[in-house]
Amino acid sequence: MADTTAHNEAHAEPNYIAVFGWLFVLTVVEVGIIYLPIPQLMIAAGLVLLASVKAALVAIYFMHLKFEKVVIWWIAIIPAILCVFLILMLIPELA
Amino acid sequence: MSEAATLHREPAESPLTPESWGKLGMWIFLCGDAMTFGTLIVTFGIMRIAAADWPVPAEVLGINLTAFMTFLLICSSVTMVLALSGIKRGNMQEFRKFMLLTILGGTFFLACQAYEWTHLIHKGVTITANKYGSPVFGDTFYIMTGFHGMHVFGGVVYLAVIMVGGLTGRITQANASVVEIAGLYWHFVDLVWILIFTFVYLL
Repeated sequence: MADTTAHNEAHAEPNYIAVFGWLFVLTVVEVGIIYLPIPQLMIAAGLVLLASVKAALVAIYFMHLKFEKVVIWWIAIIPAILCVFLILMLIPELA
Repeated sequence: MSEAATLHREPAESPLTPESWGKLGMWIFLCGDAMTFGTLIVTFGIMRIAAADWPVPAEVLGINLTAFMTFLLICSSVTMVLALSGIKRGNMQEFRKFMLLTILGGTFFLACQAYEWTHLIHKGVTITANKYGSPVFGDTFYIMTGFHGMHVFGGVVYLAVIMVGGLTGRITQANASVVEIAGLYWHFVDLVWILIFTFVYLL
């Protein structure tokens, strides 16, 4: 989150190739993890965690959230909050 | 007259994103779009847990092909940021090269998806029926990947328009924010695919 006077060009560019490397490695781990002989619940938890990390990497570095103001962070985070809310509201339906 | 002038006056400084109102507009659009995708993914999850005979996705869907498709979109995201980096430095040749690669990546992704869908329909997974278990499986699969595929298609058209703007000289270093805004959309489509790949194919 940059200060108000900072312009686009003011910040140094992130190392995009390193971000790509992480996304690639995490994708390989994701595909590998589903064949591991561990409980399904652990696989699911691992996948949710890995997908969240990957999505965050794309948003923070490729979509430049790292350099955005608080308002943009809120705009980005609201759909995620609403999704969690929707999940919590629907869980009782399954019982 | 004076009233109209007051209405159309650009604020000297905004509490939001003074350097680009377009960027703020794109973020608000993506917020709404994310809610649509979020609703689709959450309802998919609930219907899946509720279904008794849900097939193991990895046994019905091709993981290798879709892992490759994930790789394609990640690559096209990288070429997109490199195109933006190029035009920001005024290097139009680099901009054109990386924009073309991004568009090709998106097009190749769509080709893979068309192949995947054709293959699955022949295997007996359609929007109303599923040889491998719950028909809701095919139903949710085609709606989610189809909705995302339409976004990729829209993105390819969007990027092509930006690229033509660069070729005709309408988009230059001076208005590179147009490219950044298009990039936001493109990265968002990549981000959604990361989630769909995980929740529909792997989980």
